[in-house]
Amino acid sequence: MTLAAASIGEPRDSWLRRFSDVLTARRGFFLLLLLVPPLLWLGVVYLGSLFALLAESFFSLDDFSGQVVRQPTLATYGQLLQPANFAVILRTTALAATVTLLSVLVAFPIAYYAARYARGRAKAAFYLAVMMPLWSSYLVKVYAWKLLLAKEGVIGWAMNAIGATPLLSTALATPVIGGPSLSTSYIGMVLVFMYLWIPYMILPVQAALERVPASLIEASGDLGANPGQTFRTVILPLALPGVVAGAIFTFSLTLGDYIVPEIVGPSSLILGQVVYVQQGTAGNIPLAAAFSVVPILVMGVLLTIAKRTGAFDAL
Amino acid sequence: MTATAPAAVSFRGVSRIFGDVRAVDRLDLDVAPGEFFAMLGPSGSGKTTCLRLIAGFEQPSAGEITIFGEPMAGVPAYRRPVNTVFQDYALFPHMNVLANICYGLAVRGMAREEREKLGREALALVKLAGMEARKPAQLSGGQRQRVALARALVVRPKVLLLDEPLGALDLKLREEMQGELKGLHRRLGLTFVFVTHDQGEALSMADRVAVFNQGRLVQVGAPDEIYERPETRFVADFVGGSNVIEPETVRSWVGSVRPASLRPEKIAVLADGAAAPGDAVVITGTVSEVLYHGATQRLDVATDAGRLVAAIPAGVDRIATGAAVRLTFARDALHLMDGP
Repeated sequence: MTLAAASIGEPRDSWLRRFSDVLTARRGFFLLLLLVPPLLWLGVVYLGSLFALLAESFFSLDDFSGQVVRQPTLATYGQLLQPANFAVILRTTALAATVTLLSVLVAFPIAYYAARYARGRAKAAFYLAVMMPLWSSYLVKVYAWKLLLAKEGVIGWAMNAIGATPLLSTALATPVIGGPSLSTSYIGMVLVFMYLWIPYMILPVQAALERVPASLIEASGDLGANPGQTFRTVILPLALPGVVAGAIFTFSLTLGDYIVPEIVGPSSLILGQVVYVQQGTAGNIPLAAAFSVVPILVMGVLLTIAKRTGAFDAL
Repeated sequence: MTATAPAAVSFRGVSRIFGDVRAVDRLDLDVAPGEFFAMLGPSGSGKTTCLRLIAGFEQPSAGEITIFGEPMAGVPAYRRPVNTVFQDYALFPHMNVLANICYGLAVRGMAREEREKLGREALALVKLAGMEARKPAQLSGGQRQRVALARALVVRPKVLLLDEPLGALDLKLREEMQGELKGLHRRLGLTFVFVTHDQGEALSMADRVAVFNQGRLVQVGAPDEIYERPETRFVADFVGGSNVIEPETVRSWVGSVRPASLRPEKIAVLADGAAAPGDAVVITGTVSEVLYHGATQRLDVATDAGRLVAAIPAGVDRIATGAAVRLTFARDALHLMDGP
């Protein structure tokens, strides 16, 4: 039978097919069906509960009775400015900034290698290596790090074996970031945070770098830019949206975390722990809510600055 | 090539091997200073690799490349006196038109005022004055092409490399740009090396054309030479779709046992009863396809000598598919080629 003579017939009619006809003809109805479930989830469950919490921040706690006074007031926000509370905010912001900065420095070369050089098996191995830590339990990883960082832990032992103990001692003797051991110092805490969040930095940076066409890099060199100039003027600006996306992850995840500082690092509290303590043992929901607003504000300010500096221009 | 006037670009025994593929195979080629030189070939023929070897994006696996007598071995792209207009233009999306054009001057450390002055001049040269503040995404394909051209020219290259520069433009714009490129070449007196798979483009624009196939240079010469006197079956077929006549048939017509090329436009259709002029060859056949091309019509004719394509003026006679025709051509229209 020739192609011209062959009869392929009409597609079979069914109710499913008619339903498809309706969806195709009425785009609005299709979008409604598509978006109602996620909007319900995002709008009611997610944003709704968040706003309910934030509303609490405009109430105050009666110190005498320990009851929440349901009258709008800014007094609770005023408490954030008390020296002890404000120190928590500063400490946490500095910690998140440090973790973010160091994550960028570690993640960028890895992402660059994966985007520009890795092919085939090497690329598969890269994805596996970056993702695998995400598959195991967060708590297990943090406790594992506590053991690694402990005074008698593997890191101390290895440092001793290669004769680098003085180096470790000097680092731990540094004011503020040092401490009796790695597991009770900010150095240790930053290391654990970096370990936990680095995939969230690598993946967006790698995706951004992958979208930079090879011809742009060649064009830059062709026009006389040496590799360093090409990196600063072409690669970095085009990868910046990815870096900012990764920074949003690492920064906000660190701002909100309360388990890592419980297990690793010095005893002074950071923001997540304060929220946890205030809404739990202290029962001061308004203050906990006011503290929860802080990361949102900090992120808002950061994103505005990023936008002003043109970080999203290449999007 | 003499010591006093070195070639603009010279390939000596250059090969570029990727794995077990010889992208460029033992190439010897000289491009003269000031020449508009075309590298023509189908995709995968090695022409683009040649351009990338000149630009410095690839290093030869063997052989030597010199640019105006300077050996280029180990010289990175950013130190070479050549600039490229990329096939996809490769404009920097985060910079506006002026910043794109001034980029090559900026990385050389030229002061802002001076480089922007030169940038504006280059922009005027490609007829885009007033577009300084636009982003590449806000330009049409033809405008992007011009920005890419201005960006390469503003740094005063000794050789301008163009990689399929007109490939992404529509027909009308392409013809317009062909004329402009020719004009720019004439005015600037630079050496242009351009890569294309479009034989019409190569023939109409270049002073000389190099035809590539499977990594080898098959023929190099002036456009009319390439078109009229192809040396191999490949050139005859690829450049202008010539008829290739098999050696046995050629022997029966002119006595030589070599393949010959016969241009479609050299073949005429004899009217019924008319006699062939002089000692012209006459061959009968059946029309299997008629393609209308405006000024001409192309007949696909099945003959004893194989399939022949004839280009005849359109509108003289309506010739239908399936008609029996007598074709004729002068014996000296047959161009003998190398090879079996």
